[in-house]
Amino acid sequence: MPKTISEKILADHAGKREVFPEELVEVRIDFAFGNDITAPLAIEAFRRSGAKKVFDRERISLIPDHFVPNKDIASAVQARMLSEFARQFDLPYYFEVGRMGVEHALLPEMGLVLPGDVVIGADSHTCTYGALGAFATGVGSTDLAAAMITGRIWFKVPPSIKFIFRGKLRPWVGGKDLILHTIGQIGVEGARYRAMEFTGESIDSLPMADRFSMCNMAVEAGAKVGIINPDSITEQYVSSRAKRPYKFYHSDPEASYEAVYKWDLSGLEPVVALPHSPQNVRQVTEIPQTPVDQVVIGSCTNGRLEDLRLAAQVMKGKKVARQVRCIVIPATQRVYLEAMEEGLLEIFIEAEAAVSTPTCGPCLGGHMGILAPGETAVATTNRNFVGRMGHVESKVYLSNPAVAAASAILGRIAHPREVLTR
Amino acid sequence: MKIRGKTWKFGDDIDTDAIIPARYLNTTDPKELAAHCMEDADPEFAPRVGPGDIIAAGKNFGCGSSREHAPIAIKAAGVSCVIAQSFARIFYRNAFNMGLPILECPEGAQRIRKDDELEIDLDSGLIENLTRNETYRAQAIPPFMQKLIRAGGLMEYVREQMAEENTER
Ligand code: SF4
Repeated sequence: MPKTISEKILADHAGKREVFPEELVEVRIDFAFGNDITAPLAIEAFRRSGAKKVFDRERISLIPDHFVPNKDIASAVQARMLSEFARQFDLPYYFEVGRMGVEHALLPEMGLVLPGDVVIGADSHTCTYGALGAFATGVGSTDLAAAMITGRIWFKVPPSIKFIFRGKLRPWVGGKDLILHTIGQIGVEGARYRAMEFTGESIDSLPMADRFSMCNMAVEAGAKVGIINPDSITEQYVSSRAKRPYKFYHSDPEASYEAVYKWDLSGLEPVVALPHSPQNVRQVTEIPQTPVDQVVIGSCTNGRLEDLRLAAQVMKGKKVARQVRCIVIPATQRVYLEAMEEGLLEIFIEAEAAVSTPTCGPCLGGHMGILAPGETAVATTNRNFVGRMGHVESKVYLSNPAVAAASAILGRIAHPREVLTR
Repeated sequence: MKIRGKTWKFGDDIDTDAIIPARYLNTTDPKELAAHCMEDADPEFAPRVGPGDIIAAGKNFGCGSSREHAPIAIKAAGVSCVIAQSFARIFYRNAFNMGLPILECPEGAQRIRKDDELEIDLDSGLIENLTRNETYRAQAIPPFMQKLIRAGGLMEYVREQMAEENTER
């Protein structure tokens, strides 16, 4: 029977010839990980179980990234649980401050999560790696504990929804705009329990960084995974990084989908998601004048080198508006270094933006840029729920990096061309 | 595996805050969590729920956060099974991982009334409504998930597996 990429990956990992939507299967996993918030609970469960070893020390990663460099004593205690566990089981892929990055940027960059993999992470944005053609999804801490012991996990096979994007994208429109547009159309529950498969000519020519942004936010539509069929762009990204063999799976042309959406987005302008839901999506050109207090450029959604290049292109030779704090956070040490070598950091600093060491920081209201009551931020992150970046009366608008940069320069939500034609 | 009990009825979109309000999340003690189970949806529930009782609800049961405290609270309250039209994804996972049987059954979810006496066969997914003399078919729980439930949850299941491996050697 013709199958989707998700069904094929799950069937292979379940040791079955084929699987069907809604079927429950137990599959072998290729990689599992947790962070400084979720791993401590998993480590406690692991220890209570009496387990003496992990299933494979090279397929587990512990990444302190949310509250590090440790923001207070409680987070220092949590982070230390990770480093102790990593030392006890001699885990090669524990990433200490100075080597770490935001997990969903770091793991693909290191070639640790690969096409055709089944990946689970105790973090909801684990779906990011679908951009590589992997079946990757977020789970609870108990799932992680069990998976670290057994190397296996159970899944309900998700029905797939196909999204076909057509048309040449306008300048300053990228993967972030495509996914925000999608969530705006189908809503935050629109893909509950489903696999969102992104296809079409707009995707075929989309760079990896944009593909990561898209799959990253699949969970904001309730999906289990967001996935893209791997191609030469994937191959180019993966081949030099891969730490082990990988496999490309592709959906059959006749595979069956629960729903198919076809959009021509050649007319789409950059979009923003208004507070307090990722589904409140409008084109930048359509919203009323909105002054901003803070701009954050970074996170697992848009903290990659390509994202920083876009922001730098807009900010080059300009100054951040007087009343605005602009915080730029390269997602990984490598992104940081490359941004430095390319002169991007210099552009940011000369524009009077703050550049931080890699961390999740303000994305989840952790540290490094918390909002006061009544403040408004534009962020390249993925969630704008009530209180996500600070006080419950603060507001977050989600955008792509170019819009965020333009908003920092003009002190209000702005289209990048408004800055560049000045 | 068969379950018998009387029913509590809830509507659509019962979220994890309704199941166990965030103000009680400063503990992981199942007994304390159970004492506040469903407090914001039906304050009568926690004081009166009996061992073996069953919950029947509408669509999207357990939506909201990923807190594992939600299925822990329901299970510790003595509830033997939750029947719903549909479950939110992470609740679904967490329930099985905690060893709480749950069944998706749109017909049952619609027809079952409060206090109905049900007999549920988890192996076949057949729900008998003894009060109304009706039968509904839920999606059967696959053998693997039944093993999880019998063991009492994912970690217990894993522990059993480890013990077996050790005796085999
Ligand atoms: S950057 Fe934000 S969304 Fe991404 S893993 Fe960190 S906290 Fe979560």
